Amino acid sequence: MAMDTTTDSRDKQQTLLGADELVLNMGPQHPSTHGVLRVKLKLDGERVIGSECMIGYLHRGVEKIAEHRTYQQFAPYVDRMDYVAAVSNGLGYCEAIEKLLMVEAPPRAKVIRTILTELQRIASHLLWLGTHALDIGALTPLFYCFREREEILKIFEKYCGARLTTHAFRIGGLQYDAYDTLEKDVERFCKAFEPRIKDYEDLLTQNRIWLGRTKGVGILTAADAIALGATGPVLRASGVKWDIRKAMPYAAYDQYKFEIPVGSTGDTYDRYMVRMEEMRQSRLICLQAIENIPTGPILAKVGKVLKPPPGEVYHAIEAPKGELGYYVISDGTVQPYRVRIRPPSFVNLQAFDKMARGHLVADVVAIIGTLDIVLGEVDR
Amino acid sequence: MQAVTQATLEFVKQYWAPLVCGLVIVGVLPLIVGYVVLVERKIMADMQARLGPMRVGPHGLLQPIADAVKLLIKEDIIPEDADKLVFWLAPVLSVAAALLAIAGLAIGPAFQIAKDVNIGILFVVGVSAMGIFGIVLGGWASNSHYSLIGALRSSAQLVSYETAAGMALVCGLLFAGSLNITSIVQAQYDQGVWFGLLAPVAFFTYLVASIAETNRAPFDLPEAESELVAGYMTEFSGFRWSLYFLAEYTNMIVVASVATTLFLGGWLRPFPRTTWLSFIDFFPPLLMVGIGVYCLMRTPKQPVRVQQTFMLAVAGLCFAVALVLVAPMLVPAVKPLHDGILGAFWFIFKVSLYIYFFMWLRFTLPRYRFDQLMRLGWHFLIPLSIINVLLIGIAMIVGTYFHLQGWSLLLTTSPASIIALIIALFILATEQKSEPQKSSAAPDSYA
Amino acid sequence: MLDQVIFYFFAAIAVISAILTVTRRNVVHSAIFLITALLATAGIFLQLRAEFLFIVQIILYVGGIMVLFVFVIMLVNLDVAVRQLRFARQKWVALLISLALAAQVGLMLWSTGKMPGQGVPVLAAVPADKLPLNSEAVAKSLFETYLLPFEIASVLLLVAMIGAVVMAKKRT
Repeated sequence: MAMDTTTDSRDKQQTLLGADELVLNMGPQHPSTHGVLRVKLKLDGERVIGSECMIGYLHRGVEKIAEHRTYQQFAPYVDRMDYVAAVSNGLGYCEAIEKLLMVEAPPRAKVIRTILTELQRIASHLLWLGTHALDIGALTPLFYCFREREEILKIFEKYCGARLTTHAFRIGGLQYDAYDTLEKDVERFCKAFEPRIKDYEDLLTQNRIWLGRTKGVGILTAADAIALGATGPVLRASGVKWDIRKAMPYAAYDQYKFEIPVGSTGDTYDRYMVRMEEMRQSRLICLQAIENIPTGPILAKVGKVLKPPPGEVYHAIEAPKGELGYYVISDGTVQPYRVRIRPPSFVNLQAFDKMARGHLVADVVAIIGTLDIVLGEVDR
Repeated sequence: MQAVTQATLEFVKQYWAPLVCGLVIVGVLPLIVGYVVLVERKIMADMQARLGPMRVGPHGLLQPIADAVKLLIKEDIIPEDADKLVFWLAPVLSVAAALLAIAGLAIGPAFQIAKDVNIGILFVVGVSAMGIFGIVLGGWASNSHYSLIGALRSSAQLVSYETAAGMALVCGLLFAGSLNITSIVQAQYDQGVWFGLLAPVAFFTYLVASIAETNRAPFDLPEAESELVAGYMTEFSGFRWSLYFLAEYTNMIVVASVATTLFLGGWLRPFPRTTWLSFIDFFPPLLMVGIGVYCLMRTPKQPVRVQQTFMLAVAGLCFAVALVLVAPMLVPAVKPLHDGILGAFWFIFKVSLYIYFFMWLRFTLPRYRFDQLMRLGWHFLIPLSIINVLLIGIAMIVGTYFHLQGWSLLLTTSPASIIALIIALFILATEQKSEPQKSSAAPDSYA
Repeated sequence: MLDQVIFYFFAAIAVISAILTVTRRNVVHSAIFLITALLATAGIFLQLRAEFLFIVQIILYVGGIMVLFVFVIMLVNLDVAVRQLRFARQKWVALLISLALAAQVGLMLWSTGKMPGQGVPVLAAVPADKLPLNSEAVAKSLFETYLLPFEIASVLLLVAMIGAVVMAKKRT
């Protein structure tokens, strides 16, 4: 509460006039809190002098459920955390359990996993771009983004029958082999996607209003970002070159060439630019991956009943929103003893107060948008 | 008692025509507004790669009526802690001001309710500005933070941009030399050139200010749905809400009409004095015929019989309008109505274009932040418009000195506009330079 | 006849809402009634064929000043204001002054016709089309007859405006 001492003299003046500070309750029912986030804002006029995020409105006890399900049974539940990036969630969980079982997915499975996960990253970023632009008042990008996201969801649907909560992967590899035209579909999407991204950039990147709304808004310095545990684009936009795909490669990422975009100031505009560039890089990864999908089995030899040896394991992947970690303890039975999930949205949300202070209500909306939170993941 | 009856009779006898016109406007305007909303949704859908309303009637042509019925039968909710009287009064005020402003407008030389009012355009501007009370009081009476902030934003915004809009109007009025709407259009006819061409900077200023005044994107902060839910309208529902909606769109029509009258030549066709361009007169009926033919072509594609019939009816309507438009040029008996009928078309056409531009902006641009909006208004638009008035005044004096008329007036006004533009760019450049410092500690939002 | 009915209509509204303005407890209600009073006065201006005055009244007083009034009222905490109202002693002073004013007006009306050349002049009605165009007449008197006072007033206002800006700037 270091803020209070600086605002003291001002507060007195305000009381003389009789205009008090305002406590505004944003959410849980609010168009732009991305679900059921509730933010309590202390306002001076329209300036934020303090904030508090209240979460838990979507709490379903996912981690507790895990203790009463077998390892396979729990896999679909993780899709429902970050429901706009279900494939990534599934990948993290499956790889964590594989690590626990000390098996490795076959190469073909790894490549297909990579393709689908990168498509999911694009889909997640598209959803973020659309809603973020909508929060800042640009109505149209949302529909363009959904148009492209639809293509990706169609690929998922063709692959596994589900669009949103896909449950695409199995522990040990894949359940379904790639359908015949997967490469073609992905290639068609990637070809069409490049000019589309340019369209969005034409609408926003150089737009005076967009620049005014995002530049210098919600600055998070590199030191703050690290101290608050921020990961993913939020961290990279502050200038820290940290990406688990490069730092601790998983799936088939070590085979492909791609750049890690980083920002410099850590404001909303940088985060926007980082995510835009990440979509381009994901597209490149997909193009590289479909060129050469190895043949062979798709599922490693794992039994029908999974009984990992007692022990514990932490496995993290680079989900679209940041580091998604699974900490699993096995006691040797068919059910995990404890599953602790480190969701990127939840940790990134910590930075909200730091970013919002001193800004206006309108910026709060931009900041919530730029953090790219999904409440299903925050609350679990 | 007898005296009052007598007075009423006298009043009715003297003013029956405007009374009837007024009733017609009050009756028809909601319908027009409904269709403006439909057109907006269709344009929005077109720009966003989707179809828009398609269910009610062919291509959603009956959607406004369905919406109106829905709004009318909705539950009327008044918040418990609201100030009931003011809550009731506010939307009515908004609509009343907007509708009253229509009375001063002239839709073509033949259609004007308050004919030849000495203060013409001032009346429209002044009365429509009163609608702000509806917004402010409604926001206050709702007893909700979102509403209150929306109302505060709205009033601050209106007061700031009113000045710029007024200054822009002054530029046009300098050329016209009169406040009377008929005289303004007549002046443009005499000059043979639209005032928007003589004073483009003023037109631009008015354009921006009018968007801000009608609370449209990118200046729609009072009802910014991503920040303030629905701003001052948050607590309003059903019929009251639709009154606000009606007021907003009516205001759009009003500002578009003012701009058309003053800057776009009112009901005059393009190049009104150039006789060899008279074939432009055939553009309106041809346009209507084109729309009619398109409807005919689409008719077989409608899935249901009723929809086919409806589409045919729309096509027939278009042809009928085309006939009405072409009649004054071919039938000598209705020749005197030539100006009235074609004038009305051109006026509505220009107003539609202006409103289309509003919509286009809305779907393209993100929203300004409040302090940015204020800075734009006070640091950019107001200085620019004041300087522009000065420059246009000088240009006019020089023009009179050299006896310049009509298009040749451009010789003096275009340098003035160019100077104004340079000044505008200069202001923008200095703004940009000072922006990074301000961003860390932005100024007081209501400064 | 019609003119009289309209006049009394507007006059009644003006007087009643003026009274309500000072008697209402709720400040926003007071503001609304003040707006009504101003509008009714504008109506009387219109009836006198002073169209320019009518629209200036609406644009400046109703559209400008009252918006700022309401704006400030909404920012200020009303409960505090109502509590302070109990300690207001202006009531009696205001009553005294308004009584004095009323007496003055009454005296003027009463003395009409008694002393020639004084009191309320009764003018013969002039047909509307014979009147000079209103805004032009106002402009002529401002920019020709009373140019100097007009300019002095403008400069004064400008000074006040700049002063206000300077004072507002100093605080931050």
